[in-house]
Amino acid sequence: MEFGPHLMLAMLEGLVQASVLTLTALGLSLVFGVMRVVNVAHGEFFMLGAVLAWWVTTMLGGNPAIGFVVALVVAPLLVGLMAAAADWLVLRRVEYDPERTIVATIGLLYIIQQVTLMTYGPDAHPVTPPFNTRLALPWYEFTDQGFQIYWPWGLSITSYKLFVIAAAIVTCLGLWLLMARSKIGLILRATQLDSETAQAFGIPVERVFALVFGMGAALAALGAVLVVPIQQAHYLMGGDPLLLSFIVVIIGGLGSLRGTVVAAVLIGMSDGIISVFFTPTLAKMLATLLVAMVLVYRPQGLFGAKPA
Amino acid sequence: MAKKTFPTRRKILTGMAAAGAASALPDVTRFAQAGSHSAPIKIGFQVHRTGIGAAYGRWYERTTMAATKVINDAGGINGRPVEIVAEDDGTDPKRGAEVLEKFANQHGCDIAYGTLFSHVVIGSAPRAAELKMPYFVVSEGHHVASGMLNRYTLQPGITDVKSQVQAMAPFVASNLGKKVTMIFPDFAFGHNHRDFFSAAIEAQGGEVVAKLAIPPTETSFTKYFPQIPRETEVIYHVMVGPSVLTFVKEMGEFFGPSAPQIFGFIDSLEAVDFATPGLEFLEGTHFWEGMPRYAQADQTDYDKFYRAQVGVDENGASVDDPKDISTYAHMFACWETLFTIKDGMEAAGYTGPQDRTKLIEAVEAITDMPESNEHPQGAKLFNGKTHQVFGPQYISKVEGGKLVVQHTTSLEDGFYPDEVDYTTQSF
Amino acid sequence: MTRALTLHLGLIALLFALQFALPAYHHGNLARIMVMATFAMGYNIMFGYTGLLSLGHAMFFAAGMYGMGLAVTQLGMPVGPAFLMGIAAAFALSLIVGLLALRTIGVAFMIVTLMFSQTIFLTILYFGAITRGDEGFGIKQATRQIMGLDLSDPTIRYFAAWLLFSLTLLATLWLVRSPLGRVLIAIRENEERAKMLGYDTWRAKLAAVLMSGTVSGAAGAAYGVLFGYVGASFAQVPYSIFPLLWVLLGGAGTVIGPFIGALFMFYLIDLSSGVTDAYMLVVGVALVLLTLFAPKGMMGMVRERWLKWLP
Repeated sequence: MEFGPHLMLAMLEGLVQASVLTLTALGLSLVFGVMRVVNVAHGEFFMLGAVLAWWVTTMLGGNPAIGFVVALVVAPLLVGLMAAAADWLVLRRVEYDPERTIVATIGLLYIIQQVTLMTYGPDAHPVTPPFNTRLALPWYEFTDQGFQIYWPWGLSITSYKLFVIAAAIVTCLGLWLLMARSKIGLILRATQLDSETAQAFGIPVERVFALVFGMGAALAALGAVLVVPIQQAHYLMGGDPLLLSFIVVIIGGLGSLRGTVVAAVLIGMSDGIISVFFTPTLAKMLATLLVAMVLVYRPQGLFGAKPA
Repeated sequence: MAKKTFPTRRKILTGMAAAGAASALPDVTRFAQAGSHSAPIKIGFQVHRTGIGAAYGRWYERTTMAATKVINDAGGINGRPVEIVAEDDGTDPKRGAEVLEKFANQHGCDIAYGTLFSHVVIGSAPRAAELKMPYFVVSEGHHVASGMLNRYTLQPGITDVKSQVQAMAPFVASNLGKKVTMIFPDFAFGHNHRDFFSAAIEAQGGEVVAKLAIPPTETSFTKYFPQIPRETEVIYHVMVGPSVLTFVKEMGEFFGPSAPQIFGFIDSLEAVDFATPGLEFLEGTHFWEGMPRYAQADQTDYDKFYRAQVGVDENGASVDDPKDISTYAHMFACWETLFTIKDGMEAAGYTGPQDRTKLIEAVEAITDMPESNEHPQGAKLFNGKTHQVFGPQYISKVEGGKLVVQHTTSLEDGFYPDEVDYTTQSF
Repeated sequence: MTRALTLHLGLIALLFALQFALPAYHHGNLARIMVMATFAMGYNIMFGYTGLLSLGHAMFFAAGMYGMGLAVTQLGMPVGPAFLMGIAAAFALSLIVGLLALRTIGVAFMIVTLMFSQTIFLTILYFGAITRGDEGFGIKQATRQIMGLDLSDPTIRYFAAWLLFSLTLLATLWLVRSPLGRVLIAIRENEERAKMLGYDTWRAKLAAVLMSGTVSGAAGAAYGVLFGYVGASFAQVPYSIFPLLWVLLGGAGTVIGPFIGALFMFYLIDLSSGVTDAYMLVVGVALVLLTLFAPKGMMGMVRERWLKWLP
């Protein structure tokens, strides 16, 4: 394929990946920013979202669109509740100590993975997308007749992938509205700024933490529900999203949701674009080194507060 | 005088004894209908119950238990029942080696068997040789025949990748096309395909016009397809892993109605139902099959027997759940390996671990394996020097959502010169 | 002071004595555990004593392993010198990583070490022609000899692992009670204050990284030599999480904690996998319970409640 269409295809695909990554990373950013803990099990909540989506759609059967819409609501909700319960039962008791939380969430990771393996099984199962038509995309070229539009071989996207991008944007807007304009958002931001003072002001910090932990997991699950008609649900699928979300949150800057979104888009898209120029393994190597170097020279990330 | 907080000496000793006893307790072993009351022959089954190989491990285990039952119903080996001692290796080389040690030193197994993933085999084989324990692997990897391993490691139940790939080249070149683009995962398994097929297709007068190496954990593939050159006549794909369905669907979405010929390895779709939405695109494409998943018009009685014993219907799915598709193209190897072990033990007059080297020598002496209930995949030839078996390969076409065999390769199609002679190595 | 020395020498002597008492299976396990405990002790120098949480220590283990392995297969070296090459490779990597990563702290440091580790893993895959990628390669039994001693013999292997473990244990004990060790602990407690007291914290931290990485690399090289396999799976994220886990469980900031942690985790997995398929579930629950009720790790709890002098 010629360079122009190839690049465009890579960028579009990158946008789809970035959309899912944004949601997953926002979930982690929320937890990281407000609670200041490392949740190693975050990828497992993502995986649970996908597995529950499969479960819901398979149980309902019938029209895939209806099943999907139900899954879109039910899966994040269930995952959020599970996460909130985990926080209440375990994390609260270890007093959100950073090291103890790491061990506890590693334990959670093993538990969730094994339970999923025992119930859902080791195979990858697909979920039918609610709609999926192939849309050939045009590209331009300059010929003797002047500016012409043509349809390059292979340049296409599906309607569902466009939907994923749209859904991610809508969710981000919704989250922004929640954080900036609602009372809950105010409470969350206050707790993030200074949890002790917030408690002094009567905010039930422990309950807020449970809510935040649940919301973070629910966002990851939502991302997974959106992506599962494109990929499959598999019990080990949480590993990569965990890694990527961490990178995104740190690069974007701790405590900055806007930074997370920007970093997610950048990282999600760069993966696709770099693969246009380099072989995949080399591309991944370069991308990884790049991330490290950004942090080495700008440890606070793109939008984080500069260290004193 | 003793401080209250220190446990008493008695408590310490009791605790140690309890711990010692606990570790000596018999583990959860699987008896498949013990025959006589004589001491069983213990086969340590290194199975992928967790980790990336778990989907295969499940079916490997099922086939293993079915074969064991058949063997025990017929009186066992040398009059002794076979007992399978299964341990999960987590699809990890370090744990794999530890598990072999467990087989040899704790469970008292006679041999070890059953591994699929190459890196686990390579990580465990050194330990097998040190423990002087015969290690029958079911891995498809070329590592056994390449000489990298040792005299204790054998692969008598499944052909290796080099042989499979080489045998495909003539059919691809004469029926599908001579300009090939290869799409493979960027790790050892994929590199084997890349190297062996490139050599084989060039020998047929063909040419590999592009080689797309995909990172193994990749989940979205569309961005790679633009690298496929326009003049490609055949796409050769062998993607594996949980994202394979995505790969096939996105390939279909990318090409739309104007796709070149497509030749894939069924590894991509083991345990996957062809009726899955998004796979309609595969209609009319070709696949390598280790063993035909769908019962063919000329199905042998041996295949019928095998399916009945394992519990698989004529679509290759579990008889308990038609949506549970088996890893039919690979799992036969477990069945056949166990019967080969039986043949070897009977020929060697195997009585116990002191006869392990005799067992290996007896297996090395095996040559022909005729098609039978014990070898339902087809007649095979075992090369005692390279410890690797050679067999037929099947090329099928997707017609009406099912795979119909178009061509069966001969054993000679898959032969290549010996790269090692393990029989000259000492034990 | 001598109580600590007695305890640690006692452990070393006990492990030596067990060589003759243990049944074959546990004998082999303990050899492995000692090598892994060395890895964990290396990690502990950075994490338990200096307070630097690295998520990429697998790269040091792998550097040692591949440094040794490639020296054998590509350069034809015998395993003795190859082992030293492995240590040298790990040292070099620690230097590079230390110089770059120490510009960051806290969570950024975590991610930077993680990223470097991923890069090393991908590099191993990229040069698959010589590293054999994810499959790895074996070191033939016949070549694994030092001065005529066959390292694949169970007794000699145990002794070699014991030697490595004991040297590292004693070195760590000496370190934490030396002036440098005190500085590291001071940095862990409050780096700003240490700086204000006039200590060059950057140099101390670099020293910690160098020691930590080199010890981890020695463990990796030892594993390759003693068990005959070099593979990319050791460069992946789980092998960065394991030392963290072992140290946290056993007691971060204690000298014998890493060994206890490695021993505990190994047998937890081994015993529970004999009882149930779902052993990861058992491990997960055990981790949660441990961190709920023994927050400072097992040896940390021992130090807090009973043996206050435990280094």
